[in-house]
Amino acid sequence: MTRAIWTLFKKDLLLEIRQQYSFYGILLYAVSTLFVLYLSMDTPEPRVWNGLFWIIQLFICINAVAKGFLQESRGRWIYYYTLAHPVTIVLAKLLFNVLLMAAMSVISLGLFRLFLGAPYLNAGLFMGIVLLGGISLSLVFTFLAAIAAKAQQNAAILAILGFPLILPQLILLQQISSAQFSAGAANDWVPVALLLALDGLVVVLASILFPFIWKE
Amino acid sequence: MPAVPSYMHRSWWKITGIVLLTYTITAGLLGPVPKLPLLQETIRNLYFHVCMWFGMMILFTVSVIQAIRYLRKMDRRYDLASRHYAGAGMLFGVLGYSTGMIWAAFTWADPNISFTDNFSTIARDPKLIGAAVSLLVYVAYLVLRDSIPDIDRRARISAVYNIFAYAILFPAIWILPRVMESLHPGQDGNPALDVKNDISSSMRIVFYPAVIGWTLLGVWIATLRIRMEQLKEKQLDS
Repeated sequence: MTRAIWTLFKKDLLLEIRQQYSFYGILLYAVSTLFVLYLSMDTPEPRVWNGLFWIIQLFICINAVAKGFLQESRGRWIYYYTLAHPVTIVLAKLLFNVLLMAAMSVISLGLFRLFLGAPYLNAGLFMGIVLLGGISLSLVFTFLAAIAAKAQQNAAILAILGFPLILPQLILLQQISSAQFSAGAANDWVPVALLLALDGLVVVLASILFPFIWKE
Repeated sequence: MPAVPSYMHRSWWKITGIVLLTYTITAGLLGPVPKLPLLQETIRNLYFHVCMWFGMMILFTVSVIQAIRYLRKMDRRYDLASRHYAGAGMLFGVLGYSTGMIWAAFTWADPNISFTDNFSTIARDPKLIGAAVSLLVYVAYLVLRDSIPDIDRRARISAVYNIFAYAILFPAIWILPRVMESLHPGQDGNPALDVKNDISSSMRIVFYPAVIGWTLLGVWIATLRIRMEQLKEKQLDS
């Protein structure tokens, strides 16, 4: 099973490396959104910075993750059907999207640092929070993209399905990250643990529920 | 095969519901309540507003159980039941949110500025966020359902979304107020109500029957809509 996941993951990675337009597409999306933000406002105060950062992360995530399932054609699904177990497929997709979103998170944090300043105090710790956030967002949206793909819908429905569901995670993330803006605030591990628990829950649910939707 | 089991057609639980709600409304509006500062007589809203929230949770839970049963048995009547229990839950959610708004307008809102100016501050309360988010999730559920033309695929995918959303949302709704309160203690001195400790015994004897009564009403609405839907389908078949 681990080998099957690894093979499927490598397939996605190879596809990504060969058709780089999609990666650069997301990158361009991140850069241009950020540049519009940069031109429409001065260096924002920390609270605003925090809100903007996570909203932009959310939009990047939707764009990055959506195509993971939506790009697969019907013929390819039938081909997978003969080859692999659904759980391996969904786990491989989750793994790939987690890595993709982790990379995008680091890049967008760098861009935010350059254009909109850095209200956080400890860069290393904040990077960890951003990675955690990217992973949480990508897990939820990967499974929702599977639902959207099977409903034969486009990425628009992904936003409708995902925004309300991701709100609890987003609130937790904003709390964790805003605690990094003032020197006095103690590190609170409860929200981090809750986020990790939610992430685990999403992975478990995705592996239980995906077999029900992947058949035509 | 009917989606509503035949024992649900019996009238005793509907009569119980009517009796309990009659009791709720009379005893709720006329019975003794403690005179608390700020809350005053608005405390009677407890019998309506809080019960809507309870009823919504129970109905959504029934909906997700029906969704699980659908995925296990692949029988369309469970899908129908899941859809309409979710609908009844949403009705309760909307009523709960609006009764909450009315209540907040008299207790939490700053009387010096209009309620609409005040609303953005009030809506930040974790419980209100939870209520708004769960309504949005179930509206998304309905949008997703209606966007799929094929009946079986619609049933399967919406059942999966229902379970996924429920499993993510409900832990979050219970967790968020605790996390947010720990970061924002005191809630700026606003009167917050703790059901277990703050309700006097004279109110509890109305409150618990009220919860049961309203929930029975919700179940009644859902079963009626399921049966109506089935009759419509029967008409199409013949």
